[in-house]
Amino acid sequence: MPDAFGAALLIARKDLTIEFRTRTAFFSAVVFALLAIVIFFFAWDPTAVAASDLAPGVLWVIFTFAGLLGLHRSFGVELEDRALDGLLGAPIPRHAIYLGKAMANLVFVLAIEVIAVPAVALFYDMPLGGFAGAAALAAVMILAAIGLVAVGTLFAAMSVNTRLGELLLPMLSLPFFVPIVVPAAQTTARLLLGRPVIESVGWLKILLAFDLVFVAACTLAFPYTIED
Amino acid sequence: MRASAATPAPRVAPPTFDWLFIVAVLAVIATFIRAIFFTPMDALQGPAQKIYYVHPPSAWVAFLAFGIVAVASIGYLWMKDVRLDRLAESSAEVGVVFTTITLITGSLWGKPIWGTWWTWDARLTSTLFLWFIYVGYLILRGAVEDRAMRARYSAVLGILGSLLIPFIHLSVYLFRTLHPMPIIGKPSKPSLPNDMLITFLMAFCSFTLLYLALLRARYRLASDEALLEAEDGR
Repeated sequence: MPDAFGAALLIARKDLTIEFRTRTAFFSAVVFALLAIVIFFFAWDPTAVAASDLAPGVLWVIFTFAGLLGLHRSFGVELEDRALDGLLGAPIPRHAIYLGKAMANLVFVLAIEVIAVPAVALFYDMPLGGFAGAAALAAVMILAAIGLVAVGTLFAAMSVNTRLGELLLPMLSLPFFVPIVVPAAQTTARLLLGRPVIESVGWLKILLAFDLVFVAACTLAFPYTIED
Repeated sequence: MRASAATPAPRVAPPTFDWLFIVAVLAVIATFIRAIFFTPMDALQGPAQKIYYVHPPSAWVAFLAFGIVAVASIGYLWMKDVRLDRLAESSAEVGVVFTTITLITGSLWGKPIWGTWWTWDARLTSTLFLWFIYVGYLILRGAVEDRAMRARYSAVLGILGSLLIPFIHLSVYLFRTLHPMPIIGKPSKPSLPNDMLITFLMAFCSFTLLYLALLRARYRLASDEALLEAEDGR
């Protein structure tokens, strides 16, 4: 019997293997992100607002929605042949299932970010703010992705069992993404303009606190969502 | 021998006289009469200032209601007592009503005083998200068929929602706030004249009473529903 963390890694690897072999969710999320980046551009008057001013907001709105596509799949894939029962029957702690699912989702969301950031930089003429700026931006991306995935994985486990299914996931998750998207977009905007990192420390603290509180709370709450 | 099927006995107790609700409504009416006729008009804001007797008490009740949702949710996950789940459900529903009142009355006051129906001020934005969280909570309840699962899911959301509120407030606070600062709960002396202060406190008490009355009525409805469902399931 593997320990909790080993079991979580095993589940993450299983999910990523399924995703790597089918690539359905990832491709649809990436194509969605690219489409949204292009469509967003036409929602503003480019003579009034510079494209580079829009970039941080566009980036974060798109991550959020593209992330939701992957999150929903993470438990949807367990519905077929009642595969979730197999997981629940395994001699592993319940929170290991949550951590495994969350780790797989984290890889998924970060992979979308890796593609979406250069795309936004290209289409919106976004400066990448030198090495320090890029490193700080990467830290923001990772912190934001952790918070997004912590809450999203829990709500995905819940919404998959409801009558509304995937419709419920954004409705439950989006209010929880506010304290992620606001600091992330603010920090991104400052870093891309080449402002010193110290200006963004307050926002980064909010992100870090959100991650700590919600990773802990969601790990504790998860067993209640799959109890039988 | 079989009982006649034509006249089934009433399955839930017939509605009784809800004295608490009557008292609460009378208290609110009394507060409003005092607010409109016997409390001096504000020199600067004029009639718009009368919102003090509706808007802050509604906001207080909304927070109280969602606090009770959180406490009842923790209690439910701990003790698995269905009564706590009903309490959380009832309190959330009443809380959404008072949050709606808070948003609408605030908007009505904002037009003459700030010159706009809506502004992205920290408190307005937080209240709007509060509304979204608990409307989501009620939608979640409606979307789960299984009773035990519904109770567990909504308890999880009830707890996470209460953890989220400070984060939302913190993250929108940095947009600087236009909202009037607290009048009573501040370190120095309350800044309302006595006449107004008494009406203000009366409004808080009568609104709290109204909340308790509505909560009790809604809780009874939930109990009756559970009773009927249990009988039908037999």
